[in-house]
Amino acid sequence: MSAGKTTADHPFAARKSLNQFNNKLFTTVVWVVGICTVIFIIALLFLILEKGLPKLDWGFLYGEPSEIEEGGGVGPLLFNSFYVLIISLLISIPLGMASGIYLAEFAPANKFIGFIRICVEGLASVPSIIFGLFGIVLFVESLDMGLTILGAAVSLAFLNLPVLTRVTEEAIRAVPQEMKSASFALGSTHLQTIRRVLIPVALNGIITGICLVAGRAFGESAVIILTGGVTSSGVMWDFNPLSPGATLAVHLWYVQSEAIVPDAQLIAEKSAAVLVFIVLLINIVFRVPLWINSRKMR
Amino acid sequence: MQTIASQTLIDIHKLNLYYGTFHALKNVTMDIPQKAITAFIGPSGCGKSTLLRTLNRMNDMIPNTRIEGKITIGGADIYSKEVDVETLRKKVGMVFQQPNPFPKSIYDNVAYGPRLHGIRSKQKLDEIVETSLRSAVLWDEVKDYLKRSALSLSGGQQQRLCIARAIAVNPDVLLMDEATSALDPISTLKIEELAQELKDKYTIVMVTHNMHQAARVSNQTVFFLNGEVVEFSDTEKLFSNPRDQRTEDYISGRFG
Ligand SMILES: Nc1ncnc2c1ncn2[C@@H]1O[C@H](COP(=O)(O)OP(=O)(O)OP(=O)(O)O)[C@@H](O)[C@H]1O
Ligand SMILES: [Mg+2]
Repeated sequence: MSAGKTTADHPFAARKSLNQFNNKLFTTVVWVVGICTVIFIIALLFLILEKGLPKLDWGFLYGEPSEIEEGGGVGPLLFNSFYVLIISLLISIPLGMASGIYLAEFAPANKFIGFIRICVEGLASVPSIIFGLFGIVLFVESLDMGLTILGAAVSLAFLNLPVLTRVTEEAIRAVPQEMKSASFALGSTHLQTIRRVLIPVALNGIITGICLVAGRAFGESAVIILTGGVTSSGVMWDFNPLSPGATLAVHLWYVQSEAIVPDAQLIAEKSAAVLVFIVLLINIVFRVPLWINSRKMR
Repeated sequence: MQTIASQTLIDIHKLNLYYGTFHALKNVTMDIPQKAITAFIGPSGCGKSTLLRTLNRMNDMIPNTRIEGKITIGGADIYSKEVDVETLRKKVGMVFQQPNPFPKSIYDNVAYGPRLHGIRSKQKLDEIVETSLRSAVLWDEVKDYLKRSALSLSGGQQQRLCIARAIAVNPDVLLMDEATSALDPISTLKIEELAQELKDKYTIVMVTHNMHQAARVSNQTVFFLNGEVVEFSDTEKLFSNPRDQRTEDYISGRFG
């Protein structure tokens, strides 16, 4: 006891030990929570991939789905997933980046723009099914197009637009003012500064946003069910944008809840594995150029 | 009255500048000579940077600024309607207080300006990069690492890179706003020597807080107080024999 007392009496000991205790406690808590989260995520991925991946074969990935018999594939649905994703990104990336750059660089600082900014933020967190309903009203009812790939892609683009706008605006704003000044002082126009300094420096943030959005779009089901339907045209390489637009994520839901094929469970497991695998792949593929770039810039 | 040997390049006449309602420059009139170093000194907040920024119109980007009076460079009014600010800034380069290289390679930093102004040929760019880096006395230190990131350089090297970047667009005038204030004495000395060499080719206007620096490097010195020019004369004369009492007080360290 006496030994403990002398340490406590030491002028530096008391505060230090309390702070150190807090510090240790905090560090431990952060570590434990972090490790638990990582384990949980890895376990989840493992469960999904472990059930589906070993049973995968080209016949399943490439094959046409069947309504009644066993052994149907998901070829056209997988194709639709990529087709819808690419069309929606082709629409939402340019528009989202343009509006983000507008808000960061050109928009006047007034109440109206402030209001627009709040709207964008709000839209970014609106449930996706609302965008699906919007898609129905626009494509199925007003334009009378039926359930199509195009309708699904455009509705998805609307869903992703606010997020991309936000992310771009934030990333562009985060570029230090000194860099802009340096560019202007060398005689660059505003457009040149945006193209050669702001976008390259902000690219990391923008690509992270695109990854997020692409992953979400690839796995989105509510919007697609309402605007693209639950079936595909059933044949491979159907590039017609007016074909029915069910994607793999929708198919996963469909076989689990509606389909009457005997091997629905198996198809669902394999589809889930493919979905997760591809979303991971999208994240890696988009990041490779960034890694190369940051290695160069070290 | 002033014994300014060389020709006037920049002529500032009755210049007034307002930030909103704040009167930052009051009736500033001066002739800045060609191919010489002119130093602006004065206490913090007296408007040195503001005046410097009027010369390449970087003030245009600050909202609510209003400017009256006239500035001509080489006889041309830089605030007239026909002026293209990009062309003006190409002719009037600027080096900032903090080194601010782009997060690109050393080569791309120097080539940034020439590329903006339409130079595409690899051979031409190589040539410009080399001569600019040589002029900025950086070439020997970086010639083997041109593809490396500019951010890997030391602060002093970065500032010399910024000078190289500014002279790569072949300006007539070089504005330096406390370009050495973030640097150690050795880098500072290097940049001062550099300025001495560059004045044969460029008209240099530098803001400095360091009176010894002004005395060491400049040919003319301007002393500002609260947005007004108190005294403008040859550096030697201003420091040895100031005309105005306030100048004397400032340079002898009694205020500011
Ligand atoms: N963007 C601005 N908006 C409003 N006022 C400003 C702005 N920039 C500068 N000022 C004001 O104008 C005056 C002159 O500023 P300036 O930056 O030119 O001073 P300075 O002489 O360069 O000072 P320092 O030596 O500290 O850099 C200061 O009083 C400052 O508060
Ligand atoms: Mg200043």
